[in-house]
Amino acid sequence: MSSPPVAPPGWSRWLVPPAALSVHLSIGQAYAWSVFKPPLESALGLDGTQSALPFQVAIVMLGLSAAFGGTLVERNGPRWAMTVALVCFSSGFLISALGARTEQYWLIVLGYGFVGGIGLGIGYISPVSTLIKWFPDRPGMATGIAIMGFGGGALIASPWSAQMLESFGSDNEGIALAFLVHGLSYAAFMTLGVLLVRVPRTERPVESGPSAVDGVQVSARQAVRTPQFWCLWVVLCMNVTAGIGILEKAAPMITDFFADSSTPVSASAAAGFVALLSAANMAGRIGWSSTSDRVGRKNIYRVYLGVGALMYLLIALFGDTSKPLFVLCALVILSFYGGGFATIPAYLKDLFGTYQVGAIHGRLLTAWSTAGVLGPLIVNWIADRQESAGKHGASLYGLSFGIMIGLLVIGFVAGELVRPVHPRHHVPAPREAADAQRQQPA
Amino acid sequence: MPSDSSPPSRRGLIAFAWLWVGTPLAYGLYELVRKATQLFTG
Repeated sequence: MSSPPVAPPGWSRWLVPPAALSVHLSIGQAYAWSVFKPPLESALGLDGTQSALPFQVAIVMLGLSAAFGGTLVERNGPRWAMTVALVCFSSGFLISALGARTEQYWLIVLGYGFVGGIGLGIGYISPVSTLIKWFPDRPGMATGIAIMGFGGGALIASPWSAQMLESFGSDNEGIALAFLVHGLSYAAFMTLGVLLVRVPRTERPVESGPSAVDGVQVSARQAVRTPQFWCLWVVLCMNVTAGIGILEKAAPMITDFFADSSTPVSASAAAGFVALLSAANMAGRIGWSSTSDRVGRKNIYRVYLGVGALMYLLIALFGDTSKPLFVLCALVILSFYGGGFATIPAYLKDLFGTYQVGAIHGRLLTAWSTAGVLGPLIVNWIADRQESAGKHGASLYGLSFGIMIGLLVIGFVAGELVRPVHPRHHVPAPREAADAQRQQPA
Repeated sequence: MPSDSSPPSRRGLIAFAWLWVGTPLAYGLYELVRKATQLFTG
């Protein structure tokens, strides 16, 4: 086990966000997996479900490793976590390269999905706690920068991977070479994070526990026993499900909405719409999360969930009458989706303190895994049912939007139920613990 | 003038670190803008 690297005198806190970004911009590649799907299908004779398997396993492993590895990350510090993320994420690509070269698809599932997925989970939570400690005045902005990187990772990887496959070829050898280059490049890129990350000098050894000056502090084990944790779990799950409701079917949705209008949407325009949604998702991560430092965490979630429901209602009622209105509402919803992800670590810090905020964040990310299954399931299942019932155009999505509004309202109510954590859950500072022990009868 | 014991300036390192992550991000954003404009021109 390693001890967290402490910053030398004069170390700038502005070196920590790029360290975090080098990790998040890399692991954000996961959202660009779809680039590899068609070549894998034709090279290895797979169907669509099979070629999605490495991504699905990776997302499940992300949730599991973030939930179960969070305490280890807190104990060993961000450098250890970033090293684990680097090794797992890069080796995942190298194992996949071997799998593609030898036409052993299970190696790609094992490499990218299982090993790489552990890198995703540990990498995602690795800088969160450290950033909050460096930026106690602006925790929302700090975590917003890092989590924006996760959104940005796909923006980089998507055209980069596509260009690579074009140069190397889409057969199994070309795919293997592309995986190899990805593994080596991401290892080099993430090394910056490993080398740069430091915990602030005021940081005490984790084993010593929190001090009285830290304010409210709750351990990860205790946090999951509080209603606040589960209220935030519902809030995140509902907010993410609502965002996925648009993301999952963005291109066919805008095409269907205006299919009968005088200006139907072409395939390339629909692709442009999807790209614009990615930009809104990314901008929301940094923009709304930074805003939460000023307006407060509870208020910003009221906006995400309340205004989000209103935006869905506007699309459902008037979306097919005005293209600008449809696009604007979808962009706002996606910016709230990104904002919800990026603001949650700061909200956890407000409620549970900095003591084990990374580990608590890891456990909360199971809400993301749940939403990742729920969101696409709702939207795809309902759209298919509506289509077989003979509906078309905007009416294909009416019921889905109604459900999304309902989910956002549930999230809003859960958000309203969040109160400060009861003192019985607080971790006593060492001195308080000693006093309490003295007061206990022998 | 800084004394011998004053901590070293990290400006160069900060600039390098932000360029390291900013360059690929700028490439990703450029590709994104190129694609997004298709919504208005496509």
